[in-house]
Amino acid sequence: MLDLLSDYTIQTVAMGAALLGVSSGVLGCFAVLRRQSLLGDTLSHAALPGVCLGFLVAGTRDLGSILAGALVTGAAAALVVLALTRLSRLKTDAALGVALSVSFALGVVLLTYIQGTGNASQGGLNSFLFGQAAAILRSDLWIMGGIAAASLALVAALWKEFKLVSFDPGFATSLGLPVVVIEITMTVMVALAVVIGLQMVGVVLMTAMIVAPAVAARQWTRRLGSMVVLSAVFGTVAGVAGATLSATARGLSTGPLIVLAISAIVFVSLLLSPERGLLWEMARRWRDRRSLRGRQVLTTLHAMAAEHGDRSYPAELGSLDTYHGTDTRRVLARLEQRGLVRPVTHAPETTPHWELTPSGHVEARRLAADIEGHQ
Amino acid sequence: MMLEVIFANSALMIMLTGALVGCASTLVGTFLVLRGNSLLSDAISHSIIFGIVVVWLLTHATAGPVQIVGAALTGVLTVFLTELLFSTRRVKYDAAIGLVFPVLFSVGVLLLNVYARDVHIDQHTVLLGEIGFVWLDTMAIGGYEVPQAVVFMGLVTAVNLLFVTLFFKELKITTFDPGLAAALGFAPGVMFYALLFLVSATGVAAFDAVGAVLFIAFVIVPPSAAYLLTDRLWLMLVLGALISIAASVLGYYAAITLNVSIGGMMAVMTGVFLALAFLFGPRYGIIARAYRRQAERQENELRTVAVHLFSHEDTRDRAEENVAQALRTHLGWGADTAHRVIANGISDDLFVRDGKLLALTPKGRATARSILEPWRTEAQGQP
Repeated sequence: MLDLLSDYTIQTVAMGAALLGVSSGVLGCFAVLRRQSLLGDTLSHAALPGVCLGFLVAGTRDLGSILAGALVTGAAAALVVLALTRLSRLKTDAALGVALSVSFALGVVLLTYIQGTGNASQGGLNSFLFGQAAAILRSDLWIMGGIAAASLALVAALWKEFKLVSFDPGFATSLGLPVVVIEITMTVMVALAVVIGLQMVGVVLMTAMIVAPAVAARQWTRRLGSMVVLSAVFGTVAGVAGATLSATARGLSTGPLIVLAISAIVFVSLLLSPERGLLWEMARRWRDRRSLRGRQVLTTLHAMAAEHGDRSYPAELGSLDTYHGTDTRRVLARLEQRGLVRPVTHAPETTPHWELTPSGHVEARRLAADIEGHQ
Repeated sequence: MMLEVIFANSALMIMLTGALVGCASTLVGTFLVLRGNSLLSDAISHSIIFGIVVVWLLTHATAGPVQIVGAALTGVLTVFLTELLFSTRRVKYDAAIGLVFPVLFSVGVLLLNVYARDVHIDQHTVLLGEIGFVWLDTMAIGGYEVPQAVVFMGLVTAVNLLFVTLFFKELKITTFDPGLAAALGFAPGVMFYALLFLVSATGVAAFDAVGAVLFIAFVIVPPSAAYLLTDRLWLMLVLGALISIAASVLGYYAAITLNVSIGGMMAVMTGVFLALAFLFGPRYGIIARAYRRQAERQENELRTVAVHLFSHEDTRDRAEENVAQALRTHLGWGADTAHRVIANGISDDLFVRDGKLLALTPKGRATARSILEPWRTEAQGQP
């Protein structure tokens, strides 16, 4: 383990993954809250032509120009989406799909063009498709770190504005905030998050790193501040876990490993988070249904007793089953434990019968009064 | 003899494959675009990679009906899982899409990494396809060596066409009014999943040719371009198919000229057609709309002037009101606007210059009347 930590490559990879996790975790929160999860998908696919253009301009695998190119084409794709939704009759989904697929196709064309030129360092470009942690250089970290620091500083500086525009753009407008400018800034930040993660996760899967940490974090908190922090933590954990695994196990793409790590976190969060966990909700529903069945049987027994003018009217188990359309044996057993019903025999019949105990009658009347009170 | 030559022509086979991918995708994509669900094709196309690898591991099938149906089920699974996740009400629909397909895609890619030596597909095929090599894998059909991709894409296109033709009415009603469709007993859910299954099957069949991501372009872009050109469903399908065919042919030649990815260039060409429709569409294109807006504005200006002149025609302040200067001071128009309106009005024969005065012609008077006293003109209009 210590060997692993002192390994130079592993250190670089882990630091890169941490930068990716923090930035996409923080910036993704706003995208998810503003229902722009799939904009991340479009922006990340749209980064591919930018990667190629940056490479073509620099003539070599220079991360600075590649990321600048990715940012430019990402922004251009966002503009195309905006133009198509505002100026044509296409809906948002089609506009996003058009920008995503056509810009990716353009990227593919440029990629094959670069391959055709036979530039010696073009091999490095393929790592931008699925991500390749091992291809990250120490010098790359400075660039990634610089972008991450700048975007996080922007979030800190415009925290209040971002919060307001994310939750209530109408109110923000009425306060005189430049909502459009803030929205554009937030979109650019999604593009920045994409750019930081490109080398790690690749253009195809970067969308998951925008969406997943934020969704996982949302499960554990209802406050934006803690959501952003948690999201950054989740993103970092998944990033470092996936990236180190990929750097040690040869031949496994980094992007998919990171995505699986963050998806596992999302899965656990969806099921087990204290307030919004699905497991707890399922348990609550099951309990509710069980107690409802108990009340139904109790009410039936009470009604039968009243109908026959016999407080200890013995109801036959089979008829109770038929009436409720379900097996009532266990319901009756639970009611018996609470001392509300008791089993009786009703000669000459040999089948089991049940009657209400006095406290059963009291409980049934209370239930009936409850229902009437609600009506 | 003739057919043999055709099937041996690699350029023609590549274009034919592209055109078939485009037509098959457009047939189903049109309904996704109209429903506002087009990004499901993004999710489906990514996750069928998982299906393709799993089917290969289980049956060693890399093509054919077993592979198409088997792998297509993962596409449907993706949508099912997405809807399931959405139904928990913990995430929005877009986030649900963005969570599910990356998982399946990741597992697919990792399986490819592990079994890379055995599976015939590598990571790049996954994204880019190899439409340039479709003519290499052939199979014998009725004595002819036909490229596999053409056979299977042809089959899928035929199935999609059959589906759309047979269920045209059902698809139409479930697309435009799911509530009414449910009330009439058309089972919109069944139609929806049948459609998604066909999208997935098309994606699997097209996978070797164009890969996962370029497929999205063929599903979304031609129908979107057609949607900018027409309001009729059948015409939208036809236009979408024509655009796909044209994009395949143009894309092929552009790619050969520039020595770049053929599939990529075909997808780019669909984008070019969309841009053309966006700009020059006869009804919804932005140029046509700008032109129409301008024409409407000019029309309104002329009507305004006609009414203004009419209401002061026989009054004492006529000399003050019905002059060019008054349009600027009373109607608040700039010099340029006033000039243009006067020129337009005279050339439209609404009024004439009478010294400094602007005098209405009978036609101009009729225009003003029809605005101010519409009931009178209507009554006159009746025989």
